[in-house]
Amino acid sequence: MDKMVNIYIAGKQYTVPDSLTIMNAMEYAGYRHIRGCGCRAGFCGACATIYRIKGDSELRFCLACQTKVQDNMYIASLPFFPTQKQTYDIEKVKPDQTVMMELYPEIYSCIGCNACTKACPQGLPVMQYIAYAQRGEYEKCAEASFDCIACGMCSARCPAGITHPMVSLLARRLYGKYIAPESEHVDNRVDEVLRGDYDALIKELSEKPLDELKEMYNHREIEK
Amino acid sequence: MAAFEIKVDPGVYDSAMLDSIKKVEATRPSRIGAELRRMSAEEKEDVLRRFHPDYREDGFAVLRVGPNKGEKVPSELCDLLEGRSRVLGVKVDVAHPDYDTDVLIIGGGGAGASAAIEASEGGARTMIVTKLRIGDANTMMAEGGIQAADKPNDSPLIHYLDALGGGHFYNKPELLKKLVMEAPEAIQWLNKLGVMFDKDADGTMVTTHGGGTSRKRMHACADYSGAEIMRVLRDEVINRGIQIVDFTAAIELVLDDRGQCAGAVLRNMETGELRVARAKAVIIATGGAGRLHYQGFPTSNHYGATADGLILGYRAGAKLLYADTIQYHPTGVAYPEQMLGALVTEKVRSCGAQLVNVDGIAFMNPLETRDVTAASIIRECKERGKGVPTPLGSAIWLDTPMIEELGGKGTIEKRIPGMLRMYSKFGIDMRLTPILIYPTLHYQNGGLDVTDKSMTNIPGLFVAGEAAGGVHGRNRLMGNSLLDVIVFGRNAGKFASAYVPDVRLGVPTLAHVEKFQAELSAAGVKSKVESPLLLPSYTHGNPKFADTIKWGHAEL
Repeated sequence: MDKMVNIYIAGKQYTVPDSLTIMNAMEYAGYRHIRGCGCRAGFCGACATIYRIKGDSELRFCLACQTKVQDNMYIASLPFFPTQKQTYDIEKVKPDQTVMMELYPEIYSCIGCNACTKACPQGLPVMQYIAYAQRGEYEKCAEASFDCIACGMCSARCPAGITHPMVSLLARRLYGKYIAPESEHVDNRVDEVLRGDYDALIKELSEKPLDELKEMYNHREIEK
Repeated sequence: MAAFEIKVDPGVYDSAMLDSIKKVEATRPSRIGAELRRMSAEEKEDVLRRFHPDYREDGFAVLRVGPNKGEKVPSELCDLLEGRSRVLGVKVDVAHPDYDTDVLIIGGGGAGASAAIEASEGGARTMIVTKLRIGDANTMMAEGGIQAADKPNDSPLIHYLDALGGGHFYNKPELLKKLVMEAPEAIQWLNKLGVMFDKDADGTMVTTHGGGTSRKRMHACADYSGAEIMRVLRDEVINRGIQIVDFTAAIELVLDDRGQCAGAVLRNMETGELRVARAKAVIIATGGAGRLHYQGFPTSNHYGATADGLILGYRAGAKLLYADTIQYHPTGVAYPEQMLGALVTEKVRSCGAQLVNVDGIAFMNPLETRDVTAASIIRECKERGKGVPTPLGSAIWLDTPMIEELGGKGTIEKRIPGMLRMYSKFGIDMRLTPILIYPTLHYQNGGLDVTDKSMTNIPGLFVAGEAAGGVHGRNRLMGNSLLDVIVFGRNAGKFASAYVPDVRLGVPTLAHVEKFQAELSAAGVKSKVESPLLLPSYTHGNPKFADTIKWGHAEL
């Protein structure tokens, strides 16, 4: 039998098994998620949660699906936060510093409090990647922010009103499209396909009798 | 960057597990570099027949009505296909729509977003409805990668043969041809949108094997491949100003009096308000069914994976194909229980981790196809009794420290950081200790039957992604689903936008729903549930809810 603990969902007390995650404990208590629940595996950022253990002044940040309940946990879900997403044409923007200045000028108001970093459930160096974005260092910003799941807790904590996930998303797209080295082998293969190099061959292969296809499959060479 | 620090919980593995880990460690040096034999075709057939869940008769039921009457499907899906429509007895005025668009896309995952981009590119007025947020989808959770034959030693022909054999030769050739021929362009398209693929300094894509591939053609974005693709697609959809109606489910298709698809009835997930969307073409991109928990399996799927599109399509007269074949991913989390069923990406095996039993023996080549690997793991536990006991059953080790020995220190953090982080949250450092896995319900191999233009037998009704069947035959290879959602999402978007200019809609109607209901009555079927399901319901064993909540809806 599981040990039971008391938790407080939006201030209301429930007794739940201590083996459950916050997400599952809420369901155990009778909640049925519509907001605040997505992939249930730590990848989608839907279940951003803020909590505090009774008697402890420290505010903690986590994903409800990735965190076990504890006794005397006061839980607030943050299923939505009004972030600022600027729109742009990826074909027209340039990977230089001006694009951030135009689209997300508020990043230059960062006061260096580092509350964003402390709020990140992924443990990312959030303030640092904003600094990279300020300087137009998009490769560094892209790498430092790569594991961002856009839960938005950084933005909720930011006194300067910065929308960190949107800033880093722009940086990553700029890096992926314009800065990362081009993949010639991909372009070559696309050209071959469009030129029709494989048309007759694939038609021939797909029309082979089943026995022959099985034979080919079972004896195909496998790259080491 | 400093190495990722993990606070290891010394009590996370019990003493029996720790004893077994010692055996795993003892055999590890001899297993490194040793070639593990591949199974013969006969051995594969045998293990599938005896241990794959698709072969368990009691997990299936025979459909009594509809286009696939007489065919078997998973029992839970059967209940929903034979369920009661949510619009019966409710006033819905389909003649006065709240939304009017050219292309209506149901679902905001990888296929839906790709379709939306191409449909708008094709000049069609485009709208996405999604029951949660855009991007809440299995695409977001695809960790391992995306296949495309773009290396010099590879070709679309080899990719075709790999996928065909993996699918047990049931793949629809015209769909599979399209999948492999358009794969390199899909990668190029994503790259041009700004997706950050793993590349070498000279731009060569880093590619690895997946189960059943004969060439290293798995492209990846660390182990956030699907998340990276999905967030870029979502951003692009928003940049283009495509209308997104979120937290809104489609609960029934609307047809016109000539049998063309003409829109959908929508339901606000939070307020329950019903609305009607009129559209000249509809694309079902609702994804899979893992949250139906076939045969009681845990799932790696998204919260919303409840096969809604299959229900809508089937009730409107669209045919299903291979709806009886389900993919159980060999490596779902078996322990700790908080993560039960969560996906442990196949990339962990691509990077070199072996499957090892309680005695420390690597009992199979870890890169057989998924169905064979899953069935072999079940056999190792159930028949041979060589599983590792856990509180929820028995499990197999995935020997992750091997990855660091093979690829050097730091390989796990670089190549599979998501996995490292997931386990770290529960006090396990997978660089130091192996992890426990067991098959998890992962993918719907079948779905609605479509042409190579992504259209069903109903004019104007298109399907893309996991909701469509045929491209993967009876078993999908790793990395062919992310590819599928991109190639066929785009395909559906292009053909739907090309289709709409010539469409003249007649009088909109829900008569097909009443007709289907009449067929159910005539066949003596008493619906057990309302469908589509929309969301699952969990109470985690709370005895207070044992009798009151099932399926999350009033039992009929």
